[in-house]
Amino acid sequence: MAAETLSLPATEAAQRKRLLIGALLIALGLGMILLFLPDSEAEQTAKFGMNLVGSAAIKIPDLVVPVQASLYILSLVVVFVGAFHMARGVRSSGALFGIVALAFVGAFLVWATKGKSFSLIGMLSSSLVRATPIALAALCGVISERAAVVNIGIEGIMLISAQAAVVAATVTKSLGLGMLIGILMGGLIAAIHAFLVIRFKVDQIVSGVAINIFAAGITSFISSKYLQEQGDLLNNSGTFPIIQIPLLSRIPILGPIFFENNIVVYLMMLIVIVMHIVLYYTPWGLRTRAVGEHPKAADTLGVNVFFVRYVNVIVGGMIAGLGGVYFTLGSVGRFDEIMTAGKGFIGLAAMISGNWNPIGAFLASLIFGFADSLQVKMQILATPIPWQFLAMAPYLITMVVLTGVIGRAIPPAADGQPYEKQ
Amino acid sequence: MATPPNSQETRNAASPAASPPRPGVARYVSGSAAQALLVPVLAVFVGLLLGGVVIAATDAGVAAVFRAFSADPGGVFRAIWQAVVKGYGALFYGSIGSPREMLDGYRIYLETGDNKALLKAIYPFTESLTTATPYIFAGLAVALGFRCGLFNIGAEGQFFIGALGAAFVGYSISGLPAFLHLPLALLGGALAGAVWGAVPGYLKARFGAHEVVNTIMMNWIAFRLSDWLLTGPMQAAGFRPVTPNIKMTAALPRFFEDPLRFNWGFILALVMAYVVYWLLFKTTIGFEIRAVGANPDGAKYAGINVVRNFVLVMTLSGALAGLAGTAQVLGVDHWVGQGFSAGYGFDSIALALLGKSHPLGVVLAALLFGFLRSGATRMQSLAGIPIDIISIIQGLVIIFVAAPALIRWLFRIPVPTAEETVLTRGWGK
Repeated sequence: MAAETLSLPATEAAQRKRLLIGALLIALGLGMILLFLPDSEAEQTAKFGMNLVGSAAIKIPDLVVPVQASLYILSLVVVFVGAFHMARGVRSSGALFGIVALAFVGAFLVWATKGKSFSLIGMLSSSLVRATPIALAALCGVISERAAVVNIGIEGIMLISAQAAVVAATVTKSLGLGMLIGILMGGLIAAIHAFLVIRFKVDQIVSGVAINIFAAGITSFISSKYLQEQGDLLNNSGTFPIIQIPLLSRIPILGPIFFENNIVVYLMMLIVIVMHIVLYYTPWGLRTRAVGEHPKAADTLGVNVFFVRYVNVIVGGMIAGLGGVYFTLGSVGRFDEIMTAGKGFIGLAAMISGNWNPIGAFLASLIFGFADSLQVKMQILATPIPWQFLAMAPYLITMVVLTGVIGRAIPPAADGQPYEKQ
Repeated sequence: MATPPNSQETRNAASPAASPPRPGVARYVSGSAAQALLVPVLAVFVGLLLGGVVIAATDAGVAAVFRAFSADPGGVFRAIWQAVVKGYGALFYGSIGSPREMLDGYRIYLETGDNKALLKAIYPFTESLTTATPYIFAGLAVALGFRCGLFNIGAEGQFFIGALGAAFVGYSISGLPAFLHLPLALLGGALAGAVWGAVPGYLKARFGAHEVVNTIMMNWIAFRLSDWLLTGPMQAAGFRPVTPNIKMTAALPRFFEDPLRFNWGFILALVMAYVVYWLLFKTTIGFEIRAVGANPDGAKYAGINVVRNFVLVMTLSGALAGLAGTAQVLGVDHWVGQGFSAGYGFDSIALALLGKSHPLGVVLAALLFGFLRSGATRMQSLAGIPIDIISIIQGLVIIFVAAPALIRWLFRIPVPTAEETVLTRGWGK
């Protein structure tokens, strides 16, 4: 917040906050030197793989960097940014923390890879894949909360959709049909949520919790009653093929990351763009936002508040349903009990960190996906820091984001409140 | 303006006398206590009924005769009845046991002094009480939060961290007498849980960060931390990711010999329920907590320190959830392994809702869940019904408890004059 108010005459508190953050960043930069440098040797290099095996992209040479020089440069970047912030102030807090985070993660990777090689593109590409269900959950949250309906049952919706999709796809032997069933199932559960909270004014968070418990129960019940015994007949669908987009997938670096994925990943990216356009450039988006901010005013102007809420929650459920489809048809081709493993909740955190807008939610999901994939890779590289602490990073980041130090996330004004027509 | 929190009770008490003859089920109950119980009881009833539908719908016997429905419709209903009776019968037998075996066992005990048969007969019943013990603590944790308008969804993490804290005190200290070691271990568990609850409480009070997201984040941090602790600093000798066994001086004493695991944790849970009741309804602190829960702006206007209450309640809530894990590790398992807390987080929310955030209600709800969970294990082996049926029933019960309108509409109960308690308020300020 401090950084944003600097264009105005800075108050004393903002000034102090700026100096504090600057000093912390300088300390971080110096800390990085102390943390990463001591156990590296001169002449050591780190090799980052820039090509993906089996990719259509044009091959480019791998990136080989000297360890100590890179660590010095990246640490000094952080120190410099801190000093600049103390002296002049950086207007955009996002840019400030973005640069610092990039430098820190870069230094960390160089340190972890020293003397070894590491497929950077492989990790970035798996980050996007791992971010997909998180992003879809976050997008579900964005669209329903923009209409002021909190949906904490996304986790349960994804679980039910994942199971419905894989069973439907196995029985009909059609992945497309399985995906459709998964999406419709998500819409159906969301419709029940919408009905309970709009018609019966059930507490929105409670209804979501009930959906989560119910979903965990019913999917595990079906799984242990039927799927485990007749796995081949009911629970073995295969997965969506990787589609290489012509020309675009030939681009080095970008190609393997963005243009060689399965259909769920493409759909996710498409939904981000479409939702951004719908929310900010169409009458429906305007109505949605009005219903989320001030339903009474919207009602006075002739917007049907209940209708907008129903539609948005159900569409959100279908998006979450697609997220569920990712877990089975888009990933392993099989349903396992509680396989969503909290991704729905992390999606909610991404939605909040992304300030309730689609692109922000997508970017926040990428951070979670990146941390997720980093943690897996670090287990392989066997770094001295236990991987569990790396795995905590996204949760800690979310908590820091929520404090508003980096820039406050502001929910729609009427979020979570039932509307009573007068 | 802060609504005086006890206005609801007085209005409830006044309403039966004032209201005309009531339609539906409400006709048969009178008094405010019965009124308060009506919706939860009916919700449990409908939940069990729908659970029966699931049992019947997935029963192989029913499916077999269903193909001949037009020829023999009576057979289908008989098969449905048999499936449900078999399922719930096994559930009942698994959770309470057989009254006749108990009587026989008691007679043998009186005649010969041999208690084996008696212990065997009361085993299911005591096991249910043992299962209910952590539920009471965890349900109280969430209920206390609700009373202050806070939604502690992180009981699962607090449970785990509390259990680890208690286990650490339990196994690392040796040579202490039980009257010192046991309280220390209990304190260790409560403190660990309290810290885990206090962090989201502080962030809520100081920065307005919503406790729902933060407690979920704290859950995941707890899981990762415990992964690390159980494979590193706190791992017992060997390869399994578990803590060493606690010293017996730190264990909650058991009432009977093995395999009965019923222990003093249950009594402690009941005492704690009374303490929470006393705190909420008999002290100034409790009044402040409820005032903040009813209307934070009004409470602030009336000079109550809202921020301090948020931190206090989340800390106490975390301590209670920590005690739930503590009771489980000190009383039942004596060690902690991965996935120790699985399911307790959501179950505790269900308990608080079902018990209407009242300590007595929570105890009753916890007993119900304890009996259901404990009996379901037996049901799985006897009737082949997966244990997850309990989660299905729980989910349904929560929906019905949270939607009194739905239950009232089903059973034609009139709308009470008292307003519903506000539980949560979105992500808001």
